[in-house]
Amino acid sequence: MEFSELIRTGRAQAKLLRGPEAPPLRGTLCVTGHHLLLSPGPQATSDLWLLLLRRVDSIQKRVSGDSGTITLRCKDLRVLQLDIEGVEATLDIARSIEALSSLESVITSFPFFYRPKGLRLGDAWHFHPPERYYKRVARETNAWRLSEVNGDFSLCPSYPRAVIVPRAVDDDALARCARFRQGGRFPVLSYHHAPSGTVLLRSSQPLTGPQKRRCAEDEELLRAVLAGARPGARGFVLDTRSAQAAKQARVTGGGTEAKAAYPGWKRLHRPLERGWPLQESFVRLVEACGDLEQSMDRWLSQPEACHWLAHVKEALSTAYLAAQGVGREGACVLVHGAEGTDSTLLVTSLAQLILDPSSRTIAGFQELVEREWIQAGHPFQLRCAHSAFSHARPKHEAPTFLLFLDCVWQLGRQFPQSLEFGEGLLLALFEHAYASPFGTFLCSSEKERCLCEVRTRTHSLWSGLNQPKEQRKLRNPLYVPNPLAIWPSVELQTLRLWQGLFLRWIRPPEPSEVAWEKVWQIVTDKKTEGCEPTVSASEPQL
Amino acid sequence: MEHIRTTKVEQVKLLDRFSTSNKSLTGTLYLTATHLLFIDSHQKETWILHHHIALVEKLALTTSGCPLVIQCKNFRIVHFIVPRERDCHDIYNSLLQLSKQERLQGWQLIDLAEEYKRMGVPNSNWQLSDANREYKICETYPRELYVPRIASKPIIVGSSKFRSKGRFPVLSYYHQNKEAAICRCSQPLSGFSARCLEDEHLLQAISKANPVNRYMYVMDTRPKLNAMANRAAGKGYENEDNYSNIRFQFVGIENIHVMRSSLQKLLEVNGTKGLSVSDFYSGLESSGWLRHIKAVMDAAIFLAKAIMVENASVLVHCSDGWDRTSQVCSLGSLLLDSYYRTIKGFMVLIEKDWISFGHKFSERCGHLDGDPKEVSPVFTQFLECVWHLTEQFPQDFEFNEAFLLQIHEHIHSCQFGNFLGNCQKEREELKLKEKTYSLWPFLLDDQKKYLNPLYSSKSPKFAVLEPNTVSFSFKFWRNMYHQFDRTLHPRQSVFNIIMNMNEQNKQLEKDIKDLESKIKQRKNKQTDEILTKELLHSVHPESPTLKTSLCFKEQTLLPVNHALRTIEGSNPADNRYSEYAEEFSKSEPGVVSLEYGVARMTC
Repeated sequence: MEFSELIRTGRAQAKLLRGPEAPPLRGTLCVTGHHLLLSPGPQATSDLWLLLLRRVDSIQKRVSGDSGTITLRCKDLRVLQLDIEGVEATLDIARSIEALSSLESVITSFPFFYRPKGLRLGDAWHFHPPERYYKRVARETNAWRLSEVNGDFSLCPSYPRAVIVPRAVDDDALARCARFRQGGRFPVLSYHHAPSGTVLLRSSQPLTGPQKRRCAEDEELLRAVLAGARPGARGFVLDTRSAQAAKQARVTGGGTEAKAAYPGWKRLHRPLERGWPLQESFVRLVEACGDLEQSMDRWLSQPEACHWLAHVKEALSTAYLAAQGVGREGACVLVHGAEGTDSTLLVTSLAQLILDPSSRTIAGFQELVEREWIQAGHPFQLRCAHSAFSHARPKHEAPTFLLFLDCVWQLGRQFPQSLEFGEGLLLALFEHAYASPFGTFLCSSEKERCLCEVRTRTHSLWSGLNQPKEQRKLRNPLYVPNPLAIWPSVELQTLRLWQGLFLRWIRPPEPSEVAWEKVWQIVTDKKTEGCEPTVSASEPQL
Repeated sequence: MEHIRTTKVEQVKLLDRFSTSNKSLTGTLYLTATHLLFIDSHQKETWILHHHIALVEKLALTTSGCPLVIQCKNFRIVHFIVPRERDCHDIYNSLLQLSKQERLQGWQLIDLAEEYKRMGVPNSNWQLSDANREYKICETYPRELYVPRIASKPIIVGSSKFRSKGRFPVLSYYHQNKEAAICRCSQPLSGFSARCLEDEHLLQAISKANPVNRYMYVMDTRPKLNAMANRAAGKGYENEDNYSNIRFQFVGIENIHVMRSSLQKLLEVNGTKGLSVSDFYSGLESSGWLRHIKAVMDAAIFLAKAIMVENASVLVHCSDGWDRTSQVCSLGSLLLDSYYRTIKGFMVLIEKDWISFGHKFSERCGHLDGDPKEVSPVFTQFLECVWHLTEQFPQDFEFNEAFLLQIHEHIHSCQFGNFLGNCQKEREELKLKEKTYSLWPFLLDDQKKYLNPLYSSKSPKFAVLEPNTVSFSFKFWRNMYHQFDRTLHPRQSVFNIIMNMNEQNKQLEKDIKDLESKIKQRKNKQTDEILTKELLHSVHPESPTLKTSLCFKEQTLLPVNHALRTIEGSNPADNRYSEYAEEFSKSEPGVVSLEYGVARMTC
């Protein structure tokens, strides 16, 4: 195995410090291909301590005298400190961790070796196939059909094999349509709102270029969408860039839909931050959270913290707008930005959460993440390569998915009874998106996943999460199915910093965790008692 | 019960007010602890609640007997004729007593002498002083004061002359385990060099009353600059050289004027719609409100630590010793003693450190058209500090946020007598105890609404809270400052939901027991075939209630308004709760701001 070349020192004596609350751990430190192990020795009572090396975001070493200190900053925002005996050992271990934590190859990553007990390979990969949802929509509406035109990923490398398109448009037209959209991401259905019969669509920008090119098939496709919804339906194109940025994109061959070419469609611009500025505000926020010494004033006016909350606000209000268009105005809404793989997905997925009660269940939310993020081609491999601590110059990193999770958390706080899942599921998704023993978030598109045989050679995160022992952590004990739309408040006075994530390892364990236990107790008590009367009532009949 | 002299009078006539023929009913009059009951010869019953009685009148004796007229607050007027004058007199007197009794009993609910006994005073080191029995030494202190046993009356009198407004050092809280005390006073009239031997003796007496640690802390809760400025006016702070065994400490809580304008700024900021993120936070920061809250909290933590860690007694003062001193003493005791974290204990704490020691509620809340410069949200800050503690320690408080909000409601409402006036002397002059009701029994009646479902009462008496004061643990109290803004979510309170679940659990348990006992009864009585048939019938009517309570959608959720007969709208807090109840039954936010985006969509 090639890993052995990267491991310079097998083991060393070390002391591990895990934040202010947990007691330090002493033992033998050991670097393996995928993990950092600390074995407390045979006489100790505590178990083996284990860290997935991929989880390490940045590493810092310092030597003094005949010992050294390594500070590991992890992608889940945790900071660990290792005191190691021996200068040589320290440097060797640091170098090994550095090399192993930044391996580029997908095939050699840990999910391909992870074989947990009780799970079978290949299970759960079909828990949430988007095809099932698409088929249902096609069956119910008659205006949509499932197309295999992308079966070999030739039309659009970032779309899955099966896509859902208007029935009136044939596969040849789709092919021409794909050539007119960046990355081949022609408009496809994202969500069908049954009560009003209208739909939410997503795509990438049209390649109008400076000559303002047009594409008859693309225009025909959007016309068919309106005709399929109901006669006289209106449409909105929700561009997640500012009007000016959209205009500028023409220079590089992009652009936006011309008003004259798409009758019935109206264009709206709601600029959302993406890419580097988003990553930067994430980095700054985490920095600010780590600084415990600052005074009250500094904390409040932290422009960093402000920026992040501003992103949350913008994302939520844009999703609100999209959901309002579909749910209240009875219009069709097409969302796109430039590439259509980041802020577009953020808006469509949040809008569904607002509108669709079934996506607020645990299974429904997992399906939503699978359909609207993983299968829709959000490049997880690139966006989540590094988290907030990395010193490396970021190339493609952006915490778009984290922003989505934060918005969902805000929704959950505003409607404590309407989501079936709790903070636990969101935290788990955050962790696994950045570094995971499971294969679900590997690669950047369905095409790559097929090439790497992810589905047959790794385990699905969903099977890991849906084990009964995990349920208590993920579930919201107060959940009551709510058949209505949940319209969030986007005023600043109601948005809050997600302390459970950003301050998770910094503040001492929240007493609210204990409180959560109590809530569980009450709820489960209730359930058992709810059953009892029927039992005792039927008793005498036996 | 001792007020009831006669329980039953026969042959009483009930006159019809408007009957021209002087028609009357004859029957028996019963007097119970709660009601006056008249049963006529047709067995028709007339119940009159003692609470409802506004006026009882005994008219001049007539030939048929002694007339008794009772006017009720709900506009019922009854006219009885009692055959014997002695009976009539007895009933008259009993009714007078009974209709008043409730009011007096309410005021007896909180007994501060009882509270000092609970703390363990008087004891060998501390005693009750009668120096202020007639409000001769200090008008703004209560009559009963506890001082060190070795402090004689001349020392007290001497010290009080050296303290602003005569507020000499007295006991506020005694920690039984540590034998250390929290004392409070106002600033000394030291100027640049004045001394007072009696005052020095009194401080020494306080430190001597602590057998463990001879050192005591003197906390001046003002910023140092303010204290220095006071020296020029002949006031100031203790000189460490003149007092033996003291450690002097400034804390730096700003004065009432700073707090007033800080709240003003806070309200301006959070009242603005569609604010940008950075504007909101820089506005919040420049208001300084959370910084002031943190300062109060830090002072209380310092106080609690001095007692817990160093076993030292602490003397707290500010300028007059009724604003910042009340904040710090009461919050400090709350951190130290788990009793104050119960519903009853919190009432006692407010009654002790705020009401009896003369926090000027009337002026601070602006009850009357007074000096606007005297208005300041000092008590609101105290409540907010407590709220922050409940957020950090969700299991340590018996009460919830609603309790704090309700108390806040009533310091301004003037519906109850507790917060009227500026000090005990004023309240006695106003005869508040006879003329008004106390807030506390009213709150206790509705206790269910204010219980914290996560409270675990098992914690020991002296479980100290050690709150975290890192800046990010201070949050904007949305539910206080936006309690009436319904579009700002969340509108569902998780705690209320849990509370209701608890309630339903109890109800279900009761149902189970009922059903089980029914089953047993039937088993004993009847043969098997009949039993199955009957059971089907008997179980059926129960099951719908079970079902509805299971999906917890019905109005069984909250006891809304039922016992209370307040005038509609007079009690905003109650309205708030009925709104909550509505929301449980349909959690759709009906009124989410439509204007958001619509304008832009159609433009």
